[in-house]
Amino acid sequence: MSAKPNAVPAAGSLSWIRPRPGHWIRPLAFMAPALVGFAVFFAYPLGALLYYSFTRYDLLNTPVWVGLRNYAFLLTQDPLARKAAYNTVWLVVVITVLRLIFATGVAAVLARIRNGAGLFRTLIYLPALAPPVAATLVFTFLFNPGTGPVNTVLGWVGVKGPLWFSDPAWAKPALTLLTLWVSGELIIILLAGMLDVPAELYEAAGLDGAGSIRRFWHITLPSIAPVLFFGVINSIILGLQYFTQAVVAASVASGSADIAGSQRVIGYPDNSTLTFPVWLYQQGFHYYNMGYASAMSIALFVVSTVFTVFFVYRLRRGSHGEEAA
Amino acid sequence: MAAALTGVTPGPRSRRGVLRWIATHSIALAIGLMFVLPLVFVALTAFMSDRQALTSDLWPRSWHPENFAEVFHTAPLLRYFGNSLMYSLLATAGMLLSSVPAAYALARMRWRGRQAVFLIVIAAMMIPPQVLSVPLYVLWARLHLTGTLWPLIVPYFLVDAFSIFLLRQFFLTIPQSYLDAARVDGCGDLRALLRVLLPMTRPGIAAVSLFCFMYTWNDYFGPLLYAGENPDKWTLSLALASFRGAHQVQWNLTMAATVLVMLPVILLFVIAQKSFVRGITFTGVKG
Repeated sequence: MSAKPNAVPAAGSLSWIRPRPGHWIRPLAFMAPALVGFAVFFAYPLGALLYYSFTRYDLLNTPVWVGLRNYAFLLTQDPLARKAAYNTVWLVVVITVLRLIFATGVAAVLARIRNGAGLFRTLIYLPALAPPVAATLVFTFLFNPGTGPVNTVLGWVGVKGPLWFSDPAWAKPALTLLTLWVSGELIIILLAGMLDVPAELYEAAGLDGAGSIRRFWHITLPSIAPVLFFGVINSIILGLQYFTQAVVAASVASGSADIAGSQRVIGYPDNSTLTFPVWLYQQGFHYYNMGYASAMSIALFVVSTVFTVFFVYRLRRGSHGEEAA
Repeated sequence: MAAALTGVTPGPRSRRGVLRWIATHSIALAIGLMFVLPLVFVALTAFMSDRQALTSDLWPRSWHPENFAEVFHTAPLLRYFGNSLMYSLLATAGMLLSSVPAAYALARMRWRGRQAVFLIVIAAMMIPPQVLSVPLYVLWARLHLTGTLWPLIVPYFLVDAFSIFLLRQFFLTIPQSYLDAARVDGCGDLRALLRVLLPMTRPGIAAVSLFCFMYTWNDYFGPLLYAGENPDKWTLSLALASFRGAHQVQWNLTMAATVLVMLPVILLFVIAQKSFVRGITFTGVKG
């Protein structure tokens, strides 16, 4: 992290001196597939989404213009949309905070390891590799109230474990634990950031008599601030699109065979795992209320764009000067 | 280096150093176990008898490796494996064809609108996949391609924002002087890319390919959206999600299936560990 990867040409390097005639043709040729792709799979759908959000549309009949009715329903009348928004905000906040604290703590321990660092890194990254469906199955098994290892072990120490994925109060905390278990990627990124902190900084602080906690607080954390920022944005985006784990956990815990969940199991138990994207999917692809699902998508898009703008702002500031073309 | 990092002034031979060594390594060991024990329990349960899998036992009384064969009998795993493999391999190949040149143009060419296109890349990268699902589904339904995995594969041959972003990061690490030298030798952009940049960023290309493969392999939302109604085209993730429901109380078989689905990914990781770690650290570098 100390060595900025973008060592872009200093003014005066050859590519600057010799702009070729028709110099925009070549970039265009290199970018052509991507530009077509953005037009077809990004710009067009975004426009279509906005249009659908003002219509009533069931995929079979032509869309009927209904003005702002979908938005009005979303904001004022749909109690499940409110519940879903609450669940998503809950997950975004709790996951972002706990994931950052947990990952920073684990990375700080790993940074101090002298023997077997590679092994520990592998162990911690292993769960992050598991397909989310598999990881969720692992957790529904571990935390199954009757015979699961977690409640078994809790029983040994005299604690009666909760019903976890079958209890509305414990389902989201259980999903949060699952998310922490698969946070190996963020841990590795933070660890790399910590290992890049120049040793002289620590030595200087050591001479000044700073203890390890103060060194961590005043040197390590500020040094890895950009990585922490990335972790925050990454966690928020992760929380906003929380879908797979919620759907699979609900369907497994309720004992349904339906891969996508049905009305009966979606959000099980008691809509506690009904996230905003899950409700959006249910509206669009189970009830075929595609106009309404589009309005929900626009809402999700607006919120995630706010965080994207933060990210871009930071990114541009971070690479200031080099990027000013 | 490690010693300097920890900021521990007393040498490891001193008594405090030894205590500190024991303390940090015990904590690390506890953390490592926390990450791995769930997988151990899963693997152990996968070997249990049907009867024992219903108890809260943690260790199998008798070992039943035939559970894994049983999984193959109860579900057409090989077909799902084939579907997953097709999705992941074609998507990765398409991504390389489309994203490498695009990343080169963004990292190494100067043109008006470059900044704007880079912003689009980031916006597309950050957008939750559910947001555009309605219009994209309508689009693919009009083309009569819903019920297949093509709606997931085809876009990779045109654009994959995350891969472009990451490849650009890798291309930016190569000092401009190498490319200038190539240019002096009369290389055009295409040859500079193929002869200079690609060989020098091979680890980066490997990491981006791995990420793309893993993302598609692990994808659940995409296959659910387009192929959920057509079990012939299910991927391993989709099939696994339905497995537990169909085998209600048989945790041993469910866990055996889970192990089988995780195995290819873990093998891939063991083979290509270095590329993984390099790639991961790179995603965060730019913060």
